[in-house]
Amino acid sequence: MTMSLPKKVGFYFLLIFTSLIIFFPVMYAFLISFMTGPEIMQGKFFPSSLQLDNYIKVFDRLPLLKYLTNSFIVSAGVMVGQLIVCSLAAYAFVFLPFRGSNFVFYLFISTMMIPWEATMIPNFFIIQKLDWLNTYQGLTLPFFALAFGTFLLRQHFKTIPKELHEASKIAGLSSFAFFWRVILPVSKTSLVTLGAYGFLTTWNMYLWPLLITTNDSVRTVQIGLKQLQSQETATEWGVVMAGVIVVIIPTLLLLFIGQKQLQKGLSQGALK
Amino acid sequence: MNTTSKMGLWRRTLNARTASLYLLPSILLFSVFVFYPMFRTIYLSFYLTDQAGNAAVNVGFENYSYLLQSSEFINSMKATGLFVLYTVPIGITIALLLALLANEKLKGIGFFRTIYSSTMGVSVAASSVIWLFLFHPSIGMFNRVLSAINLPQVQWLLDPEWALLSVSISTIWMNTGFCFLILLGGLQNIDEHLYESARIDGAGYFHRLRRITIPMLSPTLFFIVTISLINAFQSFGQIDILTKGGPSQSTNLIVYSIYREAFINYQFGTASAQAVFLFLIILIVTILQFKLVEKKVHYQ
Repeated sequence: MTMSLPKKVGFYFLLIFTSLIIFFPVMYAFLISFMTGPEIMQGKFFPSSLQLDNYIKVFDRLPLLKYLTNSFIVSAGVMVGQLIVCSLAAYAFVFLPFRGSNFVFYLFISTMMIPWEATMIPNFFIIQKLDWLNTYQGLTLPFFALAFGTFLLRQHFKTIPKELHEASKIAGLSSFAFFWRVILPVSKTSLVTLGAYGFLTTWNMYLWPLLITTNDSVRTVQIGLKQLQSQETATEWGVVMAGVIVVIIPTLLLLFIGQKQLQKGLSQGALK
Repeated sequence: MNTTSKMGLWRRTLNARTASLYLLPSILLFSVFVFYPMFRTIYLSFYLTDQAGNAAVNVGFENYSYLLQSSEFINSMKATGLFVLYTVPIGITIALLLALLANEKLKGIGFFRTIYSSTMGVSVAASSVIWLFLFHPSIGMFNRVLSAINLPQVQWLLDPEWALLSVSISTIWMNTGFCFLILLGGLQNIDEHLYESARIDGAGYFHRLRRITIPMLSPTLFFIVTISLINAFQSFGQIDILTKGGPSQSTNLIVYSIYREAFINYQFGTASAQAVFLFLIILIVTILQFKLVEKKVHYQ
């Protein structure tokens, strides 16, 4: 079934038009990041030259490299933690049926109905009492257990033939060996989906790092942006936008590479 | 005899014992960082607290009655309700239209899909900073366009009449990527054969849309409506960067209000009572969604 030519042209027109609107803010920020102060004031749309002054300045004004490293450590930490904790739980739900398994499962579901913001006050004091303010563990550990991630992996584990489990038992494989050497390798796609999702959401996290980082030591790049914006907006929008571009490049790249995978994995995990 | 039955029990519970080891990390973390804090929030909501957040005086339901009489809180609830109303239906409609466009089998469609989903890769903080500039009263894009076509300028984020709407516009943009990705996934799960037979019957595009696409997409729509509602109630970053709850508290959404009450005013009791309201709202939304929509949703 092929489309008629006028119809095709119409579709391409709509696609290009809507893409321009959706991508405009990012595109504009990118162009601004190369402009000098006067150029921005004049309301130019294209910079006169691709000078990198704003990028040099932004790394000068903020410990941006440090913030980037922090964000990377925190995001990778949450990603790995979630993958381990969620896959262990999902494995128990699928391959180790026991009485009360349903009850535990509903307990997991119930955590999805508790908005994280409703618990942030006691959580803040827990972290404070543990003396974990301004630490990586304070930024990461509370997010390791994730009901959504457990479901996503559970859905995938369910599609693995039960015979595999029987066979591994006969072959004398221990429960953990089966999990580690058989289940995880065949679930690579779901693990990648959850991993990308975990990294992306943690990289973009705002409220929690705002609460528990009081100095530069483990501060993430998102809070750095807030800092930059409140220091600089009066005059130097070019520098601010350079900061924005630096911050969004890692996640945009991740999204561009993994978009197909993410879309498939997320919509499947969401529904079954 | 006794020992064998003991052995039997030991063996029979083998799965449960192994399973508990695998579930332990999750259960421990949920207990410490979700269940205990939730109960603690409810507990604190009945107390006046000291600066360190310890319960000091039990005041019963006074925090709640204080909130219900406080014009500030009522205002915050109204703003939150309006914000949800502005962002969720429009956001999902836009994402659905984009997903329908991007579901056509055309050359280079992958590029457009990437562009549409791109806002998911832009953090709330980064997008808020970009939109702050777009909304800038004198050098921002919007006012430049308005003055170029001889329309009066708008004080987007500074005018109490406009601020909530402006924040909503930027929020819709931020959420487009994620909603689009989920809806596109749903569209691609629809069985091609359904369309084939409809085409043979001579059904037009909009007929197919109404009779096949939307019904078959309903589980995905149901999911994205729930998630979007919950997300909207939890919005914080854009408020903190764009308006700080102002002007004259017109954008003081509930999470921002909790944050300010707790971590700026150190009123942990009333902040906790607000958090309980947030919890109840999300609970009700989730339950209502399940009750109302699930009956009408078509599952494959």
